[in-house]
Amino acid sequence: MSNPISNYLGVHAAALPLREQRMQLIASNLANVDTPHYKAKDISFQAALESAALQAAAPESTHERHLTLLDAGPRIFERTGVQPSLDGNTVDADTERAAYGRAALEYRASLSFVESKVRTLLTAITGQ
Amino acid sequence: MSNLPIFDVAGSALQAQSVRLSTIASNLSNADSIASSADAVYKPVEPIFQARPLDKGGSLTSVQVKEITQSEAPPIKRYEPGHPMADADGYVYAPDVDPVAQMVNLISASRSYQAGVEVLNTAKELALATLTMGR
Repeated sequence: MSNPISNYLGVHAAALPLREQRMQLIASNLANVDTPHYKAKDISFQAALESAALQAAAPESTHERHLTLLDAGPRIFERTGVQPSLDGNTVDADTERAAYGRAALEYRASLSFVESKVRTLLTAITGQ
Repeated sequence: MSNLPIFDVAGSALQAQSVRLSTIASNLSNADSIASSADAVYKPVEPIFQARPLDKGGSLTSVQVKEITQSEAPPIKRYEPGHPMADADGYVYAPDVDPVAQMVNLISASRSYQAGVEVLNTAKELALATLTMGR
């Protein structure tokens, strides 16, 4: 996040990959809706946000012996099934479809924020 | 794995569900295939799905058909002495295909297939929106 464009785009540019990863996870769940012993997975945005805030608040290391915070990455957890099936699969197709629709909408929201920032920048550059 | 892994995941789901639909079609079409001996009768088939991780962390998981199993259920023995395929004792053998169970399986497979298509369509729309950003 050192280059000026990234700084300008702010949190939305960072949110897009996370949103995309969540959609991939839900797509994985939907693909494995009939796979025995498959456990539904999801990303905790709360934990990811706290991790990111912790990273941002971390003091800068100015010495090679300073400790750095470990980046745990996005927090993936196994979702508990509403009605677990006999074959050990915990994917609930309706929950996943709803979550996918919502994730797609959130992706679009982040995208439109980034897009409006880009438009503003373009307007400033072309001076019109 | 491509740089749009969601297409790989949804594509694998379509492929697996399509194999499932094919096996159901095979079972239903052979439900009345009569044989003269218990060994020669058609055995109903069913695919077994398996999760296949696409990345090292194991968060991105596609699906694949692990194997196609043949049912071990004994064939149905019917006494039909007038049947041209009847054996010496007057019996014919039919596969143990339950049409109701197969139809339920068919509905489940087609719903899962539709879900895969929806995932693909949404992912495609979002990818296109991202590609045309700022225009």
